[in-house]
Amino acid sequence: MGMPLLFNIQKYSIHDGEGIRTTVFFKGCPLSCSWCHNPESQRFQAELLFHADRCTGCGACSQACPQRAVSMESLSPPAPALPGKSLPRLDRSLCQGCGACVPACPYGAREAAGKEYPLPELIRLLEKDWMFYERSGGGVTLSGGEPLAQDMDYIEELARRLHASGYSVDIDTCGCVPYEHIRRVLPYVDTFLYDIKLIDPQAHLEHTGVDNRLILENLKALSADGGKIQIRLPLIDGVNATEKHLTDIISFLQDNAINPYRINLLKYHSTGSGKYARLDRLYGGASMGSPDAQWLHQAEQLFRQSGFQNIQTGG
Amino acid sequence: MAKTKERGMNDRIRRLRKISTETQPHIYMERAVLETEAYQMYEGKVSVPELRALVLKHFFSHKKLYIGEDELIVGEKGDYPQSAPTFPELCCHTLDDMHNMNDRSVVNFTVTEDDLKIQEEQIIPYWEDRSMRRRILDSMTPEWKEAYAAGIFTEFMEQRGPGHTVGSVKLYEKGYLDYQEDIRQALAALDFQHDPEALNKRDQLNAMSIACDAIMILGKRYGELARQMADSCADEARRKELLQIAANCDVVPAHRPETFYQAIQAYWFTHLAVTTELNPWDAYSPGHFDQHLGPFYERDTEAGILTRDQALELMECLWVKFYNQPAPPKVGVTLKESSTYTDFANINTGGITPEGEDGVNEVSYIILDCMDEMQLVQPNSNVQISRKNPRRFLKRACEIARKGWGQPAFYNTEAIIQELLNAGKTLEDARKGGCSGCVETGAFGNEAYILQGYFNLPKVFELTLFNGTDPMTGKQLGPRTGEARDFETFDQLWEAYTKQIDHFLDIKVRGSNVIESLYAKYMPVPFLSILTNDCIAKGQDYNAGGARYNTSVIQGVGTGTIADCLSAVKYNVYDHGNFTMEELLAAMKDNFRGHDRLLNLVRDHTPKYGNDDDYADDLMRRVFRYFLDNVSGRPNMRGGTYRVDMLPTTCHVYFGDVMIASPNGRLAHKPVSEGISPEKGADRNGPTAVIKSCAKMDHLKTGGTLLNQKFTPEVVAGEEGLNHMADLIRTYFDMDGHHIQFNVVGRETLLAAQRNPEEYRDLIVRVAGYSDYFRNLDKPLQDEIIERTEQGF
Repeated sequence: MGMPLLFNIQKYSIHDGEGIRTTVFFKGCPLSCSWCHNPESQRFQAELLFHADRCTGCGACSQACPQRAVSMESLSPPAPALPGKSLPRLDRSLCQGCGACVPACPYGAREAAGKEYPLPELIRLLEKDWMFYERSGGGVTLSGGEPLAQDMDYIEELARRLHASGYSVDIDTCGCVPYEHIRRVLPYVDTFLYDIKLIDPQAHLEHTGVDNRLILENLKALSADGGKIQIRLPLIDGVNATEKHLTDIISFLQDNAINPYRINLLKYHSTGSGKYARLDRLYGGASMGSPDAQWLHQAEQLFRQSGFQNIQTGG
Repeated sequence: MAKTKERGMNDRIRRLRKISTETQPHIYMERAVLETEAYQMYEGKVSVPELRALVLKHFFSHKKLYIGEDELIVGEKGDYPQSAPTFPELCCHTLDDMHNMNDRSVVNFTVTEDDLKIQEEQIIPYWEDRSMRRRILDSMTPEWKEAYAAGIFTEFMEQRGPGHTVGSVKLYEKGYLDYQEDIRQALAALDFQHDPEALNKRDQLNAMSIACDAIMILGKRYGELARQMADSCADEARRKELLQIAANCDVVPAHRPETFYQAIQAYWFTHLAVTTELNPWDAYSPGHFDQHLGPFYERDTEAGILTRDQALELMECLWVKFYNQPAPPKVGVTLKESSTYTDFANINTGGITPEGEDGVNEVSYIILDCMDEMQLVQPNSNVQISRKNPRRFLKRACEIARKGWGQPAFYNTEAIIQELLNAGKTLEDARKGGCSGCVETGAFGNEAYILQGYFNLPKVFELTLFNGTDPMTGKQLGPRTGEARDFETFDQLWEAYTKQIDHFLDIKVRGSNVIESLYAKYMPVPFLSILTNDCIAKGQDYNAGGARYNTSVIQGVGTGTIADCLSAVKYNVYDHGNFTMEELLAAMKDNFRGHDRLLNLVRDHTPKYGNDDDYADDLMRRVFRYFLDNVSGRPNMRGGTYRVDMLPTTCHVYFGDVMIASPNGRLAHKPVSEGISPEKGADRNGPTAVIKSCAKMDHLKTGGTLLNQKFTPEVVAGEEGLNHMADLIRTYFDMDGHHIQFNVVGRETLLAAQRNPEEYRDLIVRVAGYSDYFRNLDKPLQDEIIERTEQGF
């Protein structure tokens, strides 16, 4: 397996675990959730995002592309605002996501997602904020995409070294990976931020492209192996913001004696919807909405009544 | 919907605050008139220091007094809140100046027809040819004048007295009769057998003694007025208050204060005397107020004569008093570098004691409560955060700061102490020190640390790129250090830049030295000298080297801009060949119009300061170190040396206005970066990266640095947000950062406030080393604050 690709390193990350953290976003995920707000995180290959609103049709990208993947095409029908203009068309079957066109574009219309970081370089970057981690009880969070669906030699070594240096390592996972991957990092991980998208297998398959048996089995196994677990529940109107979904999750946790250290209720937001067009993809979440504050409050109460005290909403 | 909220713990404070905030600042001519009378009576008959003291005495003997309804602390600079005396001995305003003050859209002062008449008939004829401004401009070289006009540097004392300074614990331990006794002893000890300075010392000490009389007369007059008002007061409660005021004035300022209440009143009389004696632009500050008041508070509460609420009420009364005094009107370049009513009184809360222990006490929390309730831009309220201070104190301060009005600012006690030690202070004097003005470090009560002016680091680089010529005017201002296209390496360019810096620093320092000498000769400050150790012991004036420590400070401006300019050139021209020097200069001259590719490269694809990227940060270090090394240690005219601060007040706006577009993509006339904060929009990796970059500057070798961080409210929401904020501050201070302050406002809010200023009358933002009402800022400065990167993650 090749070196993992990163699509972002977020410093002063304060919503992905305790304290001030740096979150590393790995590219590529076994799930393809219809509401995903980071569509550039889904594929394992480097990709180009194109901001059509910034483009002037100057053609610099076309000239800069080593794969000849960008061709200039006249607008059809011609846009009244841009008479005689042509716009770049990207042939994604040719594009390697190398990013050569990014600095060539004078208007910042192009953005590359997916960059390799040799391990020592990544560790050096992550160590830059150690004083903040130490002060705040923070550290590094590996997220994605799916960090545990990457080259596990790389991931294990990354977690091992960060842990050995005394930093807290959290992993934000969808759980849809061979348990072996989880087991390999377990000794080095502080907290697993473990997503449960949907409890119903059929609905899960429908909305994420895979069924959830492996995810739930892994959660049981991780709990049995003593992993510190924070359950993250994205709550989306029209998908899973129902009382039944919540009671099913509560039953699942109780039946399997899973006692998460915290349960995090995440309100859905559509901030990522604009990114789909930049990737020439369609957004599947257009009809989805976020549950209101009152519903979220009731959801919180539901968990508390069932004996789960550490509930956090938002973030 | 009106956004104004009436603030104050009770009706009294709300009424006082309302008068203070809703009264239009206006010119107050009585000081100038009485001063002119005093000069006409005494000039030529007494020594210069005595003359200056007699001016103060004459003014305090005859000025109109004001005791407002509801007031518990008394004393105004003028005859009503928001009256601003003028200082014709420093700057004799022309009638045009006066019209301009009245008419300008920001920082305006009402000038009446009567004021104009007085100015024309009494003030201008006497002062026109004797003002310090005239003397200073007459003494400057042509090169100085050209560089000054081009905006390469400014001069603080061009129309303001040397300032600002801070009181020590002495203010609360002695009365002016005690000082007079100290002065008498110093006079008795003069050695006319051996000391050639003995006569000058005698004049100076006599002047100090007269200055003591002056303030005691003021105190006595206020006591008498309070008693008269009590006599005719029908309201029994108010009558009692007035009698208490009178009783306080029987004790202070002549004697040491005996109660918490008197200690505050004593400070306030001293504050008025310092800031009306001269105009030390214009600040005087009460020092470690919480530590100084702590013992009074403890004693009075134990004795049952003071409750916490009463203490808070007195504190809020004092806050109104500070806010009642706008800084004296400025004109010209001085207005541009300090475009504000702000008076730069600065209160240090927290920190450590002279013995090195946690300095936080109950008064510290009272001050924080007062700050929080009052939300006034004056006094400038900061907290000193020591590693010995409890987290509760830090978090309470964060809680106030995150409300988004820019105060308190946070200062690093341990850094301050090391800065002072590095500048040659004793450990004890260092521990007693702190910050005043915006962020400037000083040994409170022992040091005259005088700011000399801002130095425009990016402008000097601009001149370097054009072989010493100012591209704004075509004038050859600097030496011909070579055409930029001929530099084959970045180091050659760098060398040319350093030659230009040397050239202009020499001009600046020569000018500042002359100005210092002029102040020593013509404008001694005997009153301030009483308060500052060791002026009495040395028989020497504060403005002439009488203080224990005498420092002159030049403030470097445009750290972020210059770092990014150097990076843009080094990275694109020399390291990667992305474009040529000719192309860059052409783009700069064209304000990047038609140079989209180049603009995109320098804006978005070049390493920038503020991202914890050593490529750019090393260049910041390099320029900072060069500036530091070539300023620090130069001798001044008061027996001390020059040092550097890295802060701008509002000068970054002016310094940007005098420049064409710069290599980092900053467009023509746009502000340069402020303080040591990154260039607007350059920091794209969040606050930890900004802090890391800023900490690469060696703060401990400066006399202060200024870092502005803007957050949207969400980032600091909740208990977690508060903890993150506290941790950010602690970490920056672990890295020896000197100061950090926060603007917590949404961009939308600011834009709305810009469109509808009337609806947002109360909106306060942190500008540089101080906060101001957003509506008081002119549009470029408003734009600049809106554009500062929002750290909203």
